[in-house]
Amino acid sequence: MIKAILIFNNHGKPRLIRFYQYFAEDMQQQIIRETFHLVSKRDDNVCNFLEGGSLIGGSDYKLIYRHYATLYFVFCVDSSESELGILDLIQNMLLFTTVCNFVMQVFVETLDKCFENVCELDLIFHMDKVHYILQEVVMGGMVLETNMNEIVAQVELQNRMEKSEGGLSAAPARAVSAVKNMNLPEIPRNINIGDINIKVPSLSPF
Amino acid sequence: MPAPIRLRELIRTIRTARTQAEEREMIQKECAAIRSSFREEDNTYRCRNVAKLLYMHMLGYPAHFGQLECLKLIASQKFTDKRIGYLGAMLLLDERQDVHLLMTNCIKNDLNHSTQYVQGLSLCTLGCMGSSEMCRDLAGEVEKLLKTSNSYLRKKAALCAVHVIRKVPELMEMFLPATKNLLSEKNHGVLHTSVVLLTEMCERSPDMLSHFRKLVPQLVRILKNLIMSGYSPEHDVSGISDPFLQVRILRLLRILGKGDDDSSEAMNDILAQVATNTETSKNVGNAILYETVLTIMDIKSESGLRVLAINILGRFLLNNDKNIRYVALTSLLKTVQTDHNAVQRHRSTIVDCLKDLDVSIKRRAMELSFALVNGNNIRGMMKELLYFLDSCDPDFKADCASGIFLAAEKYAPSKRWHIDTVMRVLTTAGSYVRDDSVPNLIQLITNSVEMHAYTVQRLYKALLDDISQQPLVQVASWCIGEYGDLLVSGQCEEEEPIQVSEDEVLDVLEGLLVSNLSTPVTRAYSLTAIMKLSTRFSSVNRIKKVVSIYGSSIDVELQQRAVEYNALFKKYDHMRPALLERMPIMEKTATNGPTDIAQTNGETDSTILDTKHLPSITHPASQANDLLDLLGGNDVVPVIQTTVPTKPASAGGELLDLLGDLSLTGGPTPTPAPSVPMSQPPFLLDGLSSQPIFNDIAAGIPPMTAYNKNGLKIEFTFERSNPSPNIAVITIHATNSTEADMTEFVFQAAVPKTFQLQLLSPSSNVVPALNQGSVTQVIRVLNPQKQQLRMRIKLTYTHKGSPVQDLAEVNNFPPQSWQ
Repeated sequence: MIKAILIFNNHGKPRLIRFYQYFAEDMQQQIIRETFHLVSKRDDNVCNFLEGGSLIGGSDYKLIYRHYATLYFVFCVDSSESELGILDLIQNMLLFTTVCNFVMQVFVETLDKCFENVCELDLIFHMDKVHYILQEVVMGGMVLETNMNEIVAQVELQNRMEKSEGGLSAAPARAVSAVKNMNLPEIPRNINIGDINIKVPSLSPF
Repeated sequence: MPAPIRLRELIRTIRTARTQAEEREMIQKECAAIRSSFREEDNTYRCRNVAKLLYMHMLGYPAHFGQLECLKLIASQKFTDKRIGYLGAMLLLDERQDVHLLMTNCIKNDLNHSTQYVQGLSLCTLGCMGSSEMCRDLAGEVEKLLKTSNSYLRKKAALCAVHVIRKVPELMEMFLPATKNLLSEKNHGVLHTSVVLLTEMCERSPDMLSHFRKLVPQLVRILKNLIMSGYSPEHDVSGISDPFLQVRILRLLRILGKGDDDSSEAMNDILAQVATNTETSKNVGNAILYETVLTIMDIKSESGLRVLAINILGRFLLNNDKNIRYVALTSLLKTVQTDHNAVQRHRSTIVDCLKDLDVSIKRRAMELSFALVNGNNIRGMMKELLYFLDSCDPDFKADCASGIFLAAEKYAPSKRWHIDTVMRVLTTAGSYVRDDSVPNLIQLITNSVEMHAYTVQRLYKALLDDISQQPLVQVASWCIGEYGDLLVSGQCEEEEPIQVSEDEVLDVLEGLLVSNLSTPVTRAYSLTAIMKLSTRFSSVNRIKKVVSIYGSSIDVELQQRAVEYNALFKKYDHMRPALLERMPIMEKTATNGPTDIAQTNGETDSTILDTKHLPSITHPASQANDLLDLLGGNDVVPVIQTTVPTKPASAGGELLDLLGDLSLTGGPTPTPAPSVPMSQPPFLLDGLSSQPIFNDIAAGIPPMTAYNKNGLKIEFTFERSNPSPNIAVITIHATNSTEADMTEFVFQAAVPKTFQLQLLSPSSNVVPALNQGSVTQVIRVLNPQKQQLRMRIKLTYTHKGSPVQDLAEVNNFPPQSWQ
């Protein structure tokens, strides 16, 4: 089972965190730091999995990661979904590496498709969208769907639904706020976006 | 109040922060704004605020105050709100907080929503963070969705069901009907998640496992389609069609086929196809192959298939990827016991892995190499392993050395080879071998008489080279002491004899005594060796001198030896040659593990006696169980007494008397509630019951007849011991009015749990015929609650050659006996 999916950049700044097992907030941050520390010091040519840090459960867990440009994609997985022994655990590493690499690949390629060549900035500014995509790939720590076209289609449909809602019910409120914002000269950019919002109601509500 | 800034705006602002402190300040400012907005119950911007909060949460700032807002968003009618609300709930909430229970109703409504995406969101949330309470409440909805035709919902429902089963295993039955049509689905997502669900159910319950065995042909068909189908862009990963699904199905097949002939038979063909048809240039293919191999190994597959699987693992050994090599070694190690010959074929590859740089691979390769050693390849394998021992890290040496010892002991082709090998190990890894290897080697050397001259010469040479390897030095000292004469006379036939003088040998041994490298044990070995040489060499005076010097050694052990040896020279010189004779050939005892020689302390007698009487004790124990059964229920404490009148063993005579006295004096005092009163052998108390123990017969308790049948009459007489009125002492008198003796008479009794009962030994086990005598036996009943006494008795005896057994219940105890 996947325990956590972490994305952070070369400096260890988190870009997406998703835990499928409960960890307290400060613990989550410590895990991110530890994982970054473990992953970042590795060369690009070594194998792409390693034993988990002490915080997330030590050697019972494997970190499987990939490094794309400025981002690290890390999956933290346990031995298996059941109480298989340590020996099997080691054996499962191969499979997990592969599975997680698939998932990562699917995930990243989906991101690519959704954002047309994903870059770190896309992840930063579309945090919610990234989560929604991930939600269609992994659910409750288990792989849900690996067909990229299907994932993209479902996410697109949901986004469209959101947009249509934004256009129908949130537009008046947004119009009001845009007018309000116009009176604030220190944020001129908002005016423009507000304007567009009135004219093109299908833009994101955030 | 102005509208809160957008998420993108916030992110942009935060990114302008140059320092951590600046960022924190910005976040705090924004958090304050968000809090006040929450307080105002602003519905329009709630989703925006929560989204910002999630971003801050990711950066590690506290966001728990958004939990309730997430619940409000979930309750909203808008999809936008729900989407962010459910996301927030998954990220911010967990089942440790009771807040999450407030969602249950919303999720229930949304599971029945008209929009599939809302249903999907709620399924996803339930499958991520549903607590057991939630799962119980919502399992019905999940089950319903598992049966829909909508594949988007169906796959999510399947994973959600897995989560429910994990949280509340007893709900598993509920999903059973829904699983019927899961595998006939075309959609790969649904198939994949269904297989996950089936796997989970099979792993959790053996009933499910046998139920789902019938699915094997269907699974085989799906797998076949996956392999045979041409390129489909939707599911293709590096040229392989949906490897996820393949792997999942292989795993499920493994569970289903384990220990089941029919299922295994049904999947043999497809496994062979997967094993031969899968492209291995990419990691993906290897993962599938690996799963296939594991499945083949786990199920009852054909031998040909197993060989194929092992060959795949053998191919993995040549792979460049370390992970694959490692995995292959581990799996081979698992199968080496069952498929020895097949693994044997990859021996050279495995041995090559000993030279790998990766320590984990090395260790696995070493273990596997030892598992592969047999009588045919021992010479070659040992050469490799000795080479490995020479070059490996210190961590490996101990394990490797003991492995070599074991293998050599088991498969040594000749004694000389064996001795050479062990000596080789001692010279290369001497300080790492286990302590018992020294005596083992000494024993080995003693037993190979014809090798003595050769061995001692080899060891002497080794000693000249290096005296730092303590175990080697110890063995060498021992051998030189024992066979020093052979060394000096140069009788070696196996190789060129060396010329050494007695003084040279003594020089070496004395060198050991003074060397800093020697441990106290080594010194002791060496001193003893020197002493032994006094009868084998002519230079006795030199030896006397050395021994006397060590009479004042600071090491107590060494000093004691030296003093004793000194005495041997002075007082008992006539005995010295006999004492220092060559050791006889040692008998091969268990070299590993503890010796099972009985301890020869004072307890020996009693243990022997115990074992002698063991049969007579175990027998009534089983009867007691019977009696317990008969009494029905477990509210009785059985007490057993045997009437086997063991003749007092001659050795135990005094002991018997002693215990007899003990019991006599201790008789009237309350016994401390013996639950198993006969822990001692019965004979210890034998002979007591004929003596009147309780003289103070309480007047007024009338005797009663407890049993009168077939000529056997049992009477109870009562006494109350004065110091403890809770104890009733009942003496039974068994008489026999028939014309034949009743032999092997055993009286047993049981009382309800509120009582405690102790039976003393009977006077005899023969009830004489024609009332010519009686058997008496004392029962003591502790009755702390003063309840009415009830008892069940069981009688067994042999009458006229046929065994008789009878049960009776005694309820008519006179009230005086228990009040």
